[in-house]
Amino acid sequence: MDVQLWTYIIVGITFAIYIGIAIWSRAGSTKEFYVAGGGVPPLANGMATAADWMSAASFISMAGIISFGGYDGAVYLMGWTGGYVLLALLLAPYLRKFGKFTVPDFFGDRYYSNTARTVAVICALFVSFTYVAGQMRGVGVVFSRFLEVDINNGVYIGMAIVFFYAVLGGMKGITYTQVAQYVILIFAFMVPAIFISIQLTNNPIPQLGFGSTIAGSETYLLDKLNGLHEELGFAAYTSGSKSMIDVFFITFALMVGTAGLPHVIVRFFTVPKVKDARVSAGYALVFIAILYTTAPAVAAFARTNLIETVSNENYSEMPSWFSNWEKTGLLKFDDKNNDGKIQYVADKEQNELTIDRDIMVLANPEIANLPNWVIALVAAGGLAAALSTAAGLLLVISTSVSHDLVKKQIAPDISDKSELWIARGAAVIAVVIAGYFGINPPDFVAAVVALAFGLAAASFFPAIILGIFYKRMNKEGAIAGMISGLAITILYMLIFKFNLFGETTSADWWLGVSPEGFGTIGMVVNFVVSIVVSNATAPPPEDVQDIVDNIRFPRGAGEAHDH
Amino acid sequence: MDKEKMKLYWKKNLRFLTILLIIWFVVSYVAGILLAGPLNGIKIGGFPLGFWFAQQGSIYVFVALIFVYVSWMNKLDKEFDVDEKE
Repeated sequence: MDVQLWTYIIVGITFAIYIGIAIWSRAGSTKEFYVAGGGVPPLANGMATAADWMSAASFISMAGIISFGGYDGAVYLMGWTGGYVLLALLLAPYLRKFGKFTVPDFFGDRYYSNTARTVAVICALFVSFTYVAGQMRGVGVVFSRFLEVDINNGVYIGMAIVFFYAVLGGMKGITYTQVAQYVILIFAFMVPAIFISIQLTNNPIPQLGFGSTIAGSETYLLDKLNGLHEELGFAAYTSGSKSMIDVFFITFALMVGTAGLPHVIVRFFTVPKVKDARVSAGYALVFIAILYTTAPAVAAFARTNLIETVSNENYSEMPSWFSNWEKTGLLKFDDKNNDGKIQYVADKEQNELTIDRDIMVLANPEIANLPNWVIALVAAGGLAAALSTAAGLLLVISTSVSHDLVKKQIAPDISDKSELWIARGAAVIAVVIAGYFGINPPDFVAAVVALAFGLAAASFFPAIILGIFYKRMNKEGAIAGMISGLAITILYMLIFKFNLFGETTSADWWLGVSPEGFGTIGMVVNFVVSIVVSNATAPPPEDVQDIVDNIRFPRGAGEAHDH
Repeated sequence: MDKEKMKLYWKKNLRFLTILLIIWFVVSYVAGILLAGPLNGIKIGGFPLGFWFAQQGSIYVFVALIFVYVSWMNKLDKEFDVDEKE
């Protein structure tokens, strides 16, 4: 059977599963819609969190980024896993004990102010919309590459599927489809990785093959790769080329940003107990780590395979995958010296091959000559990763509107039933807007994803941590801290990322910190301003201090509730 | 729960957090970034050690840290009688 037929079959089966789950798990109340009724078992929540978190970028792009960046790729590997330690130790159990539906709920109650609630809603909406646009685009891209469907039609199909289970089932539908999506995406990621690891190193475990010798020789894979890099003029694979201070700051901003992302935090509101919130963060990280420790191995394998296949070889003798991917424009060859051979080198003047990083995962099975069903599986995995993240984000958007704005501020007397309909309506509008951005992607999408992490790091994280660990923290401090953290981070991005005030280069960065890493500094500013302002103003009321005392121990958590 | 007992419970929790977050910082920021250069001189199999911490080791330790915290806290909750009823 050819690849396309396989892809239709496998993608068709997975979509039927998602729709089946959506019908089975319709939400009947706002509580089911917002937090899946608060009864999700911790293991299921761990899987759902992993799928929620791992997006099209983790599945399709990350191994490619590492492949081209070598050591530098560690900022994503550590940044996007280390945040779970912060979540499990500093946030999840306390927010679960607090027991409300959304992150802005915490801000509104802990800082006894609708201004704080509104600032939180705006941050949540901004972060979520930024992210979701990329996911819908990812769905379209997978469809167009594997099924030769027009990108726009791919986005429509993705919208229809997400619409079905997010709008009908809310958090309940999303949770159980995410469990299924996790299984599909991890299987799709691991199968080709294991095959390639065996081919290259005779070791079926990619994490070990990564550090083994190449099959049939005494040379270690990484030594060989470093040698190839040196020959072609690239920086050594295991050392990278970013400055140490920048690696430090980017990693930190990504970790803290991860811990502050609302669609991840709300997943911990869905488990029955505080104890479950702690352990499900552990399960989530196990499930994430399976992919995150395999990705750098895949990156090194793919890099070695690629250089060995193309470097200084005759263009006319390239295998068929080469021309397949040339057609998509993701691979470009320009024979500058007309010798008919491919020169792939670091020097831009002489380099003849341009490679899109996404190819490293998408074309990997073809490069390694794997069977057609494995290639189809990768398509289904990419779709699962994009759809599961999109759904989680859409839920945050719809609850922000129906719960945090309408129920908590505009019309508090609204019935549960009407609130549920508003939540569904908001989800519909959010799907449409996300689809629009998927079809007409603004140029700034890639740039603002870094912004999303920086903003979460500079706004949410310090306010939540201080709200739990610093009883003296009051609303004046929190609001001033969030606004100053956000303002300085946005300003830095505008100057150095978007060049709003004239062209800038990396030499102009403050302390050598890139815009991607600046969220760390925004976070420090937030902490300092919060504490200073808080100490200059009146302490929080007695009943708020009691809330803080109460969330610090597990007993009496009960289920997530409205009031 | 009385105030003194609560204070002690919280102090113990903070001590756990401090210990675990120091390890968290050491495996990622110290071993994987600040000292990655010198550590790369040491090899485990085919891995330069600093590179291994940055792309593999730190992640394994992160997972372990969460489970250690869970088990410490479950014990502490029981000891102070603030655990949740089954």
